[in-house]
Amino acid sequence: MKTLRIEEPGPLTTVQDAGRFGFQDRGVPVSGAMDRAALELGNQLLGNDPGAAAVEIFSGGFRARFLAEVSFAVTGYDPQVELNGFSVPPWTLHAARPGDVISIDAGGLGVWHYLCLSGGIDVPVVLGSRSTYLRGRFGGLEGRALRRGDVLKTGPKVVDNLSGHIPEGFRPAYVPQPAVQVVLGPQTEAFPPEAFDAFLGAPYEVTHRSDRMGMMLDGPRIRHCRTPDIVSEGLAFGAIQVPGEGLPFVLLADRPTTGGYAKIATVLSCDLPLLVQTAPGRSVRFHAIDLLSAREIHLKRAYKIRRFFHLLRQGGSKTHDD
Amino acid sequence: MRNTEDFPRFRVCGETALSVELGEGIDLQVNRRVHALYRTLHQRTISGVLSLNPTYRSVFIQYDPTVCSFERLMAVVQDALCGLDDLSETSEAVLHVPVCYGGDLGPDLTEVAAYHGLTEEEVIRRHAASTYHVYMIGFTPGFPYLGGLDPTLFTPRKTTPRPKVPAGSVGIAEQQTGIYPIESPGGWQLIGRTPLKLFDLHRDPPFLLDPGMKVRFHPISREEYENLAD
Repeated sequence: MKTLRIEEPGPLTTVQDAGRFGFQDRGVPVSGAMDRAALELGNQLLGNDPGAAAVEIFSGGFRARFLAEVSFAVTGYDPQVELNGFSVPPWTLHAARPGDVISIDAGGLGVWHYLCLSGGIDVPVVLGSRSTYLRGRFGGLEGRALRRGDVLKTGPKVVDNLSGHIPEGFRPAYVPQPAVQVVLGPQTEAFPPEAFDAFLGAPYEVTHRSDRMGMMLDGPRIRHCRTPDIVSEGLAFGAIQVPGEGLPFVLLADRPTTGGYAKIATVLSCDLPLLVQTAPGRSVRFHAIDLLSAREIHLKRAYKIRRFFHLLRQGGSKTHDD
Repeated sequence: MRNTEDFPRFRVCGETALSVELGEGIDLQVNRRVHALYRTLHQRTISGVLSLNPTYRSVFIQYDPTVCSFERLMAVVQDALCGLDDLSETSEAVLHVPVCYGGDLGPDLTEVAAYHGLTEEEVIRRHAASTYHVYMIGFTPGFPYLGGLDPTLFTPRKTTPRPKVPAGSVGIAEQQTGIYPIESPGGWQLIGRTPLKLFDLHRDPPFLLDPGMKVRFHPISREEYENLAD
């Protein structure tokens, strides 16, 4: 079903899902949504699979026209959403009719916003995912960013609520300058004790050299014991590598599958949304926790979200009318 | 010398990833164990494991901690290591890669030859004489890191990487040689180009190489390159 026509794509708008897992042994990056929580919560509100494909909008400037009746939700950090010129709240389920115009702008705080549609964006599945990988020119819509005039289809409508809203307590705890939890390592031995003092002791500024592949930070330099080089190995979403000049670089959705710089820490996956939504010029601080605590936080958050949607579904599930 | 009891070493990469190291440095025997462990884990399809990536000396595992715990993964890996097959059974399949060396398809061949005080023909002969081992596939889809380069051809990377390296370019960086499957930035010394598409989504399978396979290069003329590239 043709559902959405792009009128203004903004600086970088792509189709993304939960990521292209399973081909990292062949060098294929995971890609997927930068803010996974925003994508998954928006989809769940609609009754979609949490990892369904949605429109990822970088820093606003987005306008599109609905071509069909469909429910939608916009998520992210502080997106400004208008439907036919009237402000509507994000993190809330809305119904659109053919001809309705939606615009999404950045409110000045967050960076990545998601337009989730009932049924999910229907683009071809490439290597198990609908995510756009720009450098590889595949996935999403023809392997590229969306342009004016592009028409997106959605999958079959799903059974879901006719109304719904995700309260702030269930969204990522976005703040302009977040404290981000990390687990130290995997190359703790590559850094002297004062390197950890520097890394954890002061804020780092997000620089403009940041994109879907990674985020370059500026702040206290981090020294290595001997060399920044390691034998190349796999890279996690949120791995913080420290190249020779000593400034941390956080690897994000479009990171390569392998890298050869020592990594001082890895961002907790539940805190990645806070990090990626930090706009250039703002600062982040890192706070180290151990694996056990990291896992406890991860599991607690997962159960909290599951419970929320369980109760929401119980509250009044209905079938969509076409 | 490190004690072999140091391995396997389980490196925590946040709460959703784990790197299992099987040895130090870049070593063929260690790498064969890595690929054997990778294949064993791949066959077991462990619920909660999202992705397995064999690299030089470690297997990188991305997982969902709400489905599979770190401890369970460690146990599964240890179990797989205990039952590893005889390493001589690693894949010996060879991919034959035709390469047109030098000229505009291999713009750094002259520089590489000069660096080693060899003729271009001798560089080509030595590069095409070895059988290479695919240590890992990384960087971009299908990019093989090949070990087994003749030590007389070890060449440093270019001081300034190229913003665009054409797909099919064959390069040298230090003791490695490799092939760029898609256009990307790159700092390797480019000595030739293959018409072969290591990665092609319109073909089934899209990838020509598996980690652990062998590669041989065969010099072809410009004319043969053009014919094959069609």
